[in-house]
Amino acid sequence: MRKPLTVRILSALDSKQWLALGIFLALALIAVPVLHLMVPEESAFHVSTYMITLIGKIMCYALVAVAMDLIWGYGGILSLGHGLFFALGGYAFGMYLMRQIGRDGSYQSDLPDFMVFLDWKELPWFWVGSDHIGWSLFLVVAVPAFVAFVFGYFAFRSRIKGVYFSIITQALTYAAMLLFFRNETGFGGNNGFTDFKRALGFPITSSEMRLVLFGLTAVMLAVTLVFSAWLVKSKFGRVLTAIRDAESRVMFIGYNPLWYKLTIWVISAVLCGIAGALYVPLVGIINPSEMSPANSIEIAIWVAVGGRGTLIGPIIGAFVVNLAKSWFTVSFPEYWLFFLGLLFIVVTLLLPQGLVGLWKKVVKKEGAAA
Amino acid sequence: MTKTILVLLLLLLAGSMSARAALDPAQVNQLAAEDSSDKVAAIQQLTQTADPDAVRVLKAMADDSLFLAGDKAVIIDGDKAFDAATGAAIGMPVNPESVTVNNRIRGELANALAALKLFDPDAAVRLASAQKLQTSASPAMAPLLARALEKESDAKIKALLVVAHAQANLGNEDPQARMAAVKALAETSSPTIKSVLLPLTDKAGEPDDKVRYEAIAAVKAIDSRLAIAENVGRVFSGLSLGSILLLAALGLAITYGVMGIINMAHGELLMVGAYATYAMQSLFRAYFPNAIDWYLPAAIPVAFFAAALVGVVMERTVIRWLYGRTLETLLATWGISLVLIQAARVLFGAQNVEVANPSWMSGGIEIMPNLILPWNRIIIAGFAMFVLFLVWVLMNKTRLGMFVRAVTQNRAMAGCVGVPTSRIDTMAFALGAGIAGLGGVALSQISNVGPDMGQGYIVDSFMVVVVGGVGQLAGAVWAALGLGIFSKLLEGWAGAVIAKIAILVCIIIFIQKRPQGIFALKGRFVE
Repeated sequence: MRKPLTVRILSALDSKQWLALGIFLALALIAVPVLHLMVPEESAFHVSTYMITLIGKIMCYALVAVAMDLIWGYGGILSLGHGLFFALGGYAFGMYLMRQIGRDGSYQSDLPDFMVFLDWKELPWFWVGSDHIGWSLFLVVAVPAFVAFVFGYFAFRSRIKGVYFSIITQALTYAAMLLFFRNETGFGGNNGFTDFKRALGFPITSSEMRLVLFGLTAVMLAVTLVFSAWLVKSKFGRVLTAIRDAESRVMFIGYNPLWYKLTIWVISAVLCGIAGALYVPLVGIINPSEMSPANSIEIAIWVAVGGRGTLIGPIIGAFVVNLAKSWFTVSFPEYWLFFLGLLFIVVTLLLPQGLVGLWKKVVKKEGAAA
Repeated sequence: MTKTILVLLLLLLAGSMSARAALDPAQVNQLAAEDSSDKVAAIQQLTQTADPDAVRVLKAMADDSLFLAGDKAVIIDGDKAFDAATGAAIGMPVNPESVTVNNRIRGELANALAALKLFDPDAAVRLASAQKLQTSASPAMAPLLARALEKESDAKIKALLVVAHAQANLGNEDPQARMAAVKALAETSSPTIKSVLLPLTDKAGEPDDKVRYEAIAAVKAIDSRLAIAENVGRVFSGLSLGSILLLAALGLAITYGVMGIINMAHGELLMVGAYATYAMQSLFRAYFPNAIDWYLPAAIPVAFFAAALVGVVMERTVIRWLYGRTLETLLATWGISLVLIQAARVLFGAQNVEVANPSWMSGGIEIMPNLILPWNRIIIAGFAMFVLFLVWVLMNKTRLGMFVRAVTQNRAMAGCVGVPTSRIDTMAFALGAGIAGLGGVALSQISNVGPDMGQGYIVDSFMVVVVGGVGQLAGAVWAALGLGIFSKLLEGWAGAVIAKIAILVCIIIFIQKRPQGIFALKGRFVE
C-alpha cells in the first residue's frame, strides 16, 4: 500500500536533517532579523545590510544550484543555459517592479524610463498586466517553464544528449542574451531594469523589505530542498537516476525517457526562474549579462564543487564559491579568475564528488582507522 | 658667337611662348566686369578656348590676385605686376581695383580650372580632373568636354569623360542631346549618377516624354547593376566571414571533431595566436623597423608553435586524465580558458592591443564604384585555403595523420599494432591547438586583439563543427562557408543582431533534426 503523500514527504529527510533545516529556518527568520534590527550597528553581532544582501543573493544562487543538480546530478544532463531561466524569472518579476515605479522615474511618465527614452508611446503587448503581482508571479513560473518545455521537448525527442545538449543550451542562452541586449526587444537593452522603488506599495530598499525578501528566499530554499529530497527518492527520481546511468537499458525495459527528462528539465527551469525573481528585488538590478554563457557555466561549478548527486552539495558549493568570489574580488581582484579557473580544473580532476564526497571519504577513513 | 646664338635661341623661345600664351584681351578684361553674369560668361568663354594659359589667369582670379587697372586686367603678385592677357611683366599700376569674386563665381572658377586641367599634359592631373567633373559638370562645359574627349587617348580617362560629358549634356536645350546623354549614363553603375538622373524621371524635371522614359529605364538599369554589385559584395563578405569561421573552427574540427575532446579553451588558443602576432609585431618594430611588413609571415610559425605548446601543456596536465568523460573535460577546459584569459590580462594588460595590417594588406580591388574587395579579406580567404590544405595533407598524407585516424577509429587495435596512442593524442591535440593559433594570426588582422577575444568565437566555432558533423573536415568547410554566406545575407535583410540570433536558432533546430551534422560518419555506434 502506498503511504500518504504527507508521510512520504516527511520521510524524505531523516530526523537529523529536519533538525538542521529547522535550525537554518530559525536563523534566517528569527536570528538574522533580530540581529539586524535590534542589535546596534557598533556591536560585533550586528548583521549589516551588506551581509543580508550578500547572503540573500547566495541563497538565490544556492536555489539555482539545487535546480542545476536535479538536472545534472540526478538526470545526467549538463545544461549550460540555466542562466537563461534565472534571467527570465528575474525579468518577469522585474517588469512588475518597473511598473511599481509609477511616475517616480526621471521622466515622470506612466511608462518605464527606457521606453520614454526610446520614444515609445504605449506599452508593448507583453507588458500588459505586468502591474498585477499575481500575473507577474504567474509569468515568473510560466515563462521559464514554457521556454524549457518547448526547447526540452524537441531536444530530448531527438535524443540529443551529453556535450551536444550542453553546447546547444549554451547557444540558446547566448542567442537570448543578444536578443535582450537590443533596445527594441523591449526589456531595457544593455541596462536592463534597475532603480526599483517599491514592491506591493512598500519601499523596496527598507530594512524590513530586505528582511522579508531574505526570509522568503530562505523559506523557498528550504521548501525546494524538501521537495527535491522527496522527488529524488520517489519512483520518478529512481527512474531518472536510472536514465542517467544507462538510458538505453531504461528504454528497453519500457520507459520513455523523454517525459522523465522533460519533467525534471521544466522543474529545474521553474526553480531557476523563482530564484531569479527573488534575486532581482534583493539586488536591485537585472540585465542581459545574467544570460552570458560564462554565468551559466559558473552554476555548473557550484554544483561540481559541492558535490553532484547530493542535495546539500550544491548549496555548500554555491556558498563556498560565491563567498570566495566576494572575498577575492575585494581583496585580490586580479586573482579571482585564476582561482575560479583552477577550481574548475582541480574539482574535475581531483574531486569528482566535490566537497561532500571528500567529507564522506574523510569520515570513512576515520571510521576505518578507529 | 655661341653666346649670340644662345641669346637668339632664348629670344626665339620667349617669343614663341608669349605668342602661344596670348589670350583674347577682350575676354580677359571681361573677367573684371562689374556684373557677375558677365564674369561668368567670360570664365566660360576662356574655358572654351581650352588654352592652358587660361589656367594662369583663372587661378589668379581664384586667388584674389586679379586686379583692374584702368580698363585693363592685371595680375599682381606681391610687388610684381603682369598683364593678364599676355602674361608679360608690366610696371606696377596706380590704384589697382580688386576684382570681386563671390561664391557663385568661385564655384564657376573651380569647375573651370578642373575642366582646363583636362588638357594638362600630365595624365594623372587629367584623371583627377575627370573624376572631379563626374557629377558637377555644368551644361556650358559640354563642348569643352567633347573637345577633351576627342583629344584624350587614355582609355580610363576617356571612360570618365564620357560620363562627365553626358552628365553635362543632361541640361542641354536639345532633347536629342539629352536623350543621347541619358543613354550614355545608363551604362554606368554609380549611385551618384543615379541621383543625377533621378530629377529627369518626373514631368517637372523633364518635359520631353521620350527622354523621361529613357531616364526611367536608365535609373532602373543602374539600380539593377547596383543591386548586383550589392549582392556580389554580400556573397563576398559571406565567403570572407566563412573563411574566418573556418580558420577559427579548423583547430576545433581536429580536437573535437576527430579526437572528441571538447575544448572550451579553444577560443583562448586563438587568442594565444593573436597575441603571438602582436608580440612579433612589437619585435619587428623594435629591431627590424625596415622589414615591418614582414612581421606577419614571421608570426605564422611563431603563433603555430606558441599555441601548440599551450596545447601540449593542456593535454599533458589536464585533458589526458579526462578522456571519455566529456562533461568533465568541458568544465576543466573552461577553467583553463579562464586562467588563460587572466594570464593574458596580467601579461599584456586588460585593454585591447593594436595590431596593424602590413601595408600590402591594406586597400582593395575596385570591381565597381560601390564594390571594393579589401585585400585583407582576400588574403585571409587565401590563408584559410592554405591552412585547410595543410590540415588535409597532415591528416591524410602523413604518418602522423594516419596514426591519428587509426587511434580515433579504434584505440585498442591501434595500440596493439604498435601506435604510441598516448603520444599521438598529445601530438594531435597540439596540432589542433597550433591550427587554432594560425586562426588567431588571421583574426588579429581583422578584429580586436584582447584578453576576451576568444570568448566571442567559442560558440561560433562549436556551431561550425557541430553543424558540419563530427569527424569530418569537409563538413567543417561546408558548414563554415554556408554559415558565413547565410548570415551575411540575413544581415542585409534583418540587421546583424537579429541575423545572429536567427542563425543560432536555425542551428538549434537543425541539430534537433539532424544531430549527426551535415556529414555523418557512416556506421553504427553503441553507447
